Amino acid sequence: MAAEGNSKPAKKLSLKENYALLTRGLGWEPSYEKKEDIFRYISFEGVKIHDWDKWEDPFRLTMDAYWKYQGEKERKLYAIVDAFQQHNGQFNVTDARYVQALKLFINGITELEYDSHRGFNILAREFPGVGPRIAAQMQSLDELRHATTQIHTISQYAKYFTGMNEFPYQFDRVWYLSIPKSFFEDAVTSGPFEFIVAISFAFEYVLTNLAFMPWMSGAAFNGDMATVSFGFSAQSDEARHMTLGIEVIKFLLEQDPGNVPLVQKWIDKWFWRGYRLLSLLATMMDYMLPKRVMAWNEAWEIYYEQNGGALFADLARYGIKPPKRAPETIAEKGHVAHQMWSVFYGVRDAVGFQTWLPSDEEMAWMSEKYPDTFDKYYRPRYEYWKSLEAAGTPFKNATLPQLCQVCQWPCLFTESGDPTTLSLRESEYQGQTFHTCSDGCKDIFDDTPEKYVHAWLPVHQIYQGNCFLPGVDPTAPDFNPMYEALRYMGIKPGIDGGDYKGSADATNWENWTSRPANIHEGAYTDAVRDTANPADASARKTS
Amino acid sequence: MPIKAITPDYHGDFKDGVEKFHGNQIVNIHWEKHLMFAWPMCVPLPPAMPFGALIEGVLPGIFGKHPDFAKIDWNRVEWSTSKGAFTPDPAKSLADNGIGHKTTIRFRTPGLNGVNGNAVC
Repeated sequence: MAAEGNSKPAKKLSLKENYALLTRGLGWEPSYEKKEDIFRYISFEGVKIHDWDKWEDPFRLTMDAYWKYQGEKERKLYAIVDAFQQHNGQFNVTDARYVQALKLFINGITELEYDSHRGFNILAREFPGVGPRIAAQMQSLDELRHATTQIHTISQYAKYFTGMNEFPYQFDRVWYLSIPKSFFEDAVTSGPFEFIVAISFAFEYVLTNLAFMPWMSGAAFNGDMATVSFGFSAQSDEARHMTLGIEVIKFLLEQDPGNVPLVQKWIDKWFWRGYRLLSLLATMMDYMLPKRVMAWNEAWEIYYEQNGGALFADLARYGIKPPKRAPETIAEKGHVAHQMWSVFYGVRDAVGFQTWLPSDEEMAWMSEKYPDTFDKYYRPRYEYWKSLEAAGTPFKNATLPQLCQVCQWPCLFTESGDPTTLSLRESEYQGQTFHTCSDGCKDIFDDTPEKYVHAWLPVHQIYQGNCFLPGVDPTAPDFNPMYEALRYMGIKPGIDGGDYKGSADATNWENWTSRPANIHEGAYTDAVRDTANPADASARKTS
Repeated sequence: MPIKAITPDYHGDFKDGVEKFHGNQIVNIHWEKHLMFAWPMCVPLPPAMPFGALIEGVLPGIFGKHPDFAKIDWNRVEWSTSKGAFTPDPAKSLADNGIGHKTTIRFRTPGLNGVNGNAVC
């Protein structure tokens, strides 16, 4: 029989004690290796950290609680995904134009979640402080979960629609997907402090509300319950990631005044890079959602100008200024969505999703939302292109673009004060010429040309002959470089891209759902019955 | 300030040196105030190609379908690069006209500023 003292239950730990033991208590002091040999990449960027224990753990979340919460979220999400699949939820979206936006998402965004997983894995290894290591480890797992849930959710669409079944292959090869790919690889190949400022602060804290609020609302409004569900499932993780972002900034700024200029430089750089990446959302929101919830310029006003303005006012006491190129983003907000959609339409035979010209209804909406820009600069272009389509001579641009050396977008943007002049910037470096799309990207190139000279620019790679499948002979008499480059990228010419009207997606949609493939233009095929026509309806009733 | 990297004197290799283009050089061409061609067009061309051959043989394939294109008076076209305005000699090569690897050429056609003169298409 045990002594009475032994049977006494252990004192229950307070939450604070429990938390301390299950996070910081997991670390140890090395005894036979030097600290600097273990944490090798922590000093070269020039950041000074005097006391890692000053890190305030923003989540108060222990690993055991983390697994429990995430497991619960998974169960809920996969129940919804199952229901979505059983009820053919893919046919409940507004029309199949919406699915074209999902193609951009699965081919260009989901892989960023995976890259982010890799980046935070590195931080979980490299940071000497236990608090930030635990936070990075949790985020690393979150990001892996986001990639997985997105792939599982969108896979249901891939069974019915074109252009989504080769996403990891395409991400590494398709010319415009080098835009997201190069963004994240730039971050992952930076030092650990630059990475965490880039992703946790500039991207997660300052910018991703744009993706999670208006874009997910748009998915819901267009009946995509699957995307909304993974969005909501990820959103509580995002809230944690944003908290990490602000904690990181405050920690770095409070540790040493010498960190302030470094942090400012990274904020300037990564705000601009993140903005350039996310402005793809501008065209997805304004053009690819058949039913729209909010225009890009409205989203930018709420989520950057108002929220970001308050944030940077709060950081002013540390000596941090708003991002250097924020004024340019505000000057561009009435233009980017229209400029991007125009170029995607022009090169529709070389992209992996279908495009269309906006309907009269959509153009009326844009006139209302963009009173200063749409009717003056973009409506005339669309109306001219409509007249060319009507005449049977639709506009196509078959020549590859000059790309920006930093963001890798085609140089399609215009000067802040002059929407009819392209904003083209050049730098000379070691006798060579480098092009950038804007002052923001030129700043970045000029600061570290050593890194950007070896950017893998798809257009140049095609012309160097590096983008063809094995066995293709560029000297053959019938060699078609554009066709072969598309095959290399995993894009099926005439199936994955091109005109929406007449595409497999549009035609299948009408056959399978008996609903118009474009709610604004009416049915393209007679698979859709005219139930709105009373004569037709009454005829069917009496028969 | 040089880049801070874990490798001392880190420097990426130049991915796009002219020697990698099989005898061609990259030239970017932008027709100003015709923004339905919304980016500088990137094409590989031999440096020895006469400037006149660029006008007669290359530009029509890129811009020829635009209604303004047939109306261009090539003697009145205003050419420029980042180094400023220049007057090309059609008989001389691109190289002799100062067009090097990755030069961006902008040209403006006075009186022709897009469909209906609106500069956006």
